[in-house]
Amino acid sequence: MAYSFDFSSLLDHTPVLVDGVVTTIGLTAVSTVLGVALGIGGAAARTSTVKPLAVLVGAYVELIRNTPFLVQLFFIFFGLPSLGIRLAEWQAAVLAMVINLGAYSTEIIRAGIEATPKGQIEAGASLGMTGPQIFRYVVLGPAMAKIWPALTSQVVIVMLGSSVCSQIAAEELSFAANFIQSRNFRPFEVYFLATALYLALAVGLRWVFSLMGRRMFAKGVSRA
Amino acid sequence: MLEFTLWDILSNLLLAARWTVLLSLIAFVSGGVAGLLLLLARVSPVPPLRVAARLFIEVFQGTPLLMQLFIVFFALPLIGIETTAWTAAAVGLTLFTAAYLAEIWRGCVEAVPKGQWEASASLALTFGEQMRHVILPQALRIAVPPTVGFSVQVVKGTAVTSIIGFVEVTKAGTMITNATFQPFLVYGLVGLIYFALCYPLSLSAKALERKLNVAR
Repeated sequence: MAYSFDFSSLLDHTPVLVDGVVTTIGLTAVSTVLGVALGIGGAAARTSTVKPLAVLVGAYVELIRNTPFLVQLFFIFFGLPSLGIRLAEWQAAVLAMVINLGAYSTEIIRAGIEATPKGQIEAGASLGMTGPQIFRYVVLGPAMAKIWPALTSQVVIVMLGSSVCSQIAAEELSFAANFIQSRNFRPFEVYFLATALYLALAVGLRWVFSLMGRRMFAKGVSRA
Repeated sequence: MLEFTLWDILSNLLLAARWTVLLSLIAFVSGGVAGLLLLLARVSPVPPLRVAARLFIEVFQGTPLLMQLFIVFFALPLIGIETTAWTAAAVGLTLFTAAYLAEIWRGCVEAVPKGQWEASASLALTFGEQMRHVILPQALRIAVPPTVGFSVQVVKGTAVTSIIGFVEVTKAGTMITNATFQPFLVYGLVGLIYFALCYPLSLSAKALERKLNVAR
């Protein structure tokens, strides 16, 4: 008996899928902004001369990079309430994504910062700039331009990784797919479509990032 | 009510961690073999092969591992293969690993100077001979650190297979939590087990990279 594919039954569930896509985009957008901000702060701390701070951030980075996102998510959503921290599904999802992206982008941005020629920092200092001013006006810009392609890939990975947030019932795209297949009993078709949507989101996200890169870094982004 | 000691929890998690390790090994080895074939297709002189390999890599790098696992889980029965969580997890992770390793190794192959290709071509070596005797031995040297580094992603990827019902350490953690009502402790321990598996791999990847940079 051959299986007959039926994608038409998905049409009835378009609103659910649209909601899922919108939520995935929202989760990704919020956690990208906060995660990269955390990464910039983390990279500044990691390269600072304050030793304990650098060590602490280093431990955070290694702890996050060597454990699965799913376990981090479960720890935040199921584990933290026993400390009295109760989060809604989407809050837990955003927090986990921010912490995760924060660790990876700390490491990525640090590589960009360390590639800054020493002479530029000295030049900034000789102009009477303070440490934070040098970081803000001399180091950060070129560092971000250098690591932009790597950061783009990492954000795409975090967006794709957000699919496991369906497991704490955050209502994003994978959750929508699970919901629909529990109604129409067409798992293959539903997941096929959801996968295609993720692929489109990944392509779109890369496009947005390359556009932003071209806007922000006048001299262009180094190509990896 | 039944009491669970720390050792009860930890020993059960460690028993489940065996399956995490085994699945990681299977995925890494079979993904490595498949990745090598994919790499050969990706850099081969035959355009359709190159395009197909590129498409495969783009699709697997542009979609979530969870969706890949679901599709494998529900697609294998369509072609008449009975699916268990084991087979779906192994097949899904193998394809995922193959795509990433092929892309990593392509970078290494492209780092081999073009003159090497031309020199070996001028000696009338075929594509297979060029790869076997000239290109791969040189690419292999620089491929080791990123490959070891990627193995961390494979180990972490096995956590996602818990969602399709494969009982490894994350799934065991969920099951134990349901019995003990101690999610903070249990997921904390699960995280530490992953850390114990992954951190040595990360460290050795870093050490290998440093060694390679010194050698160059």
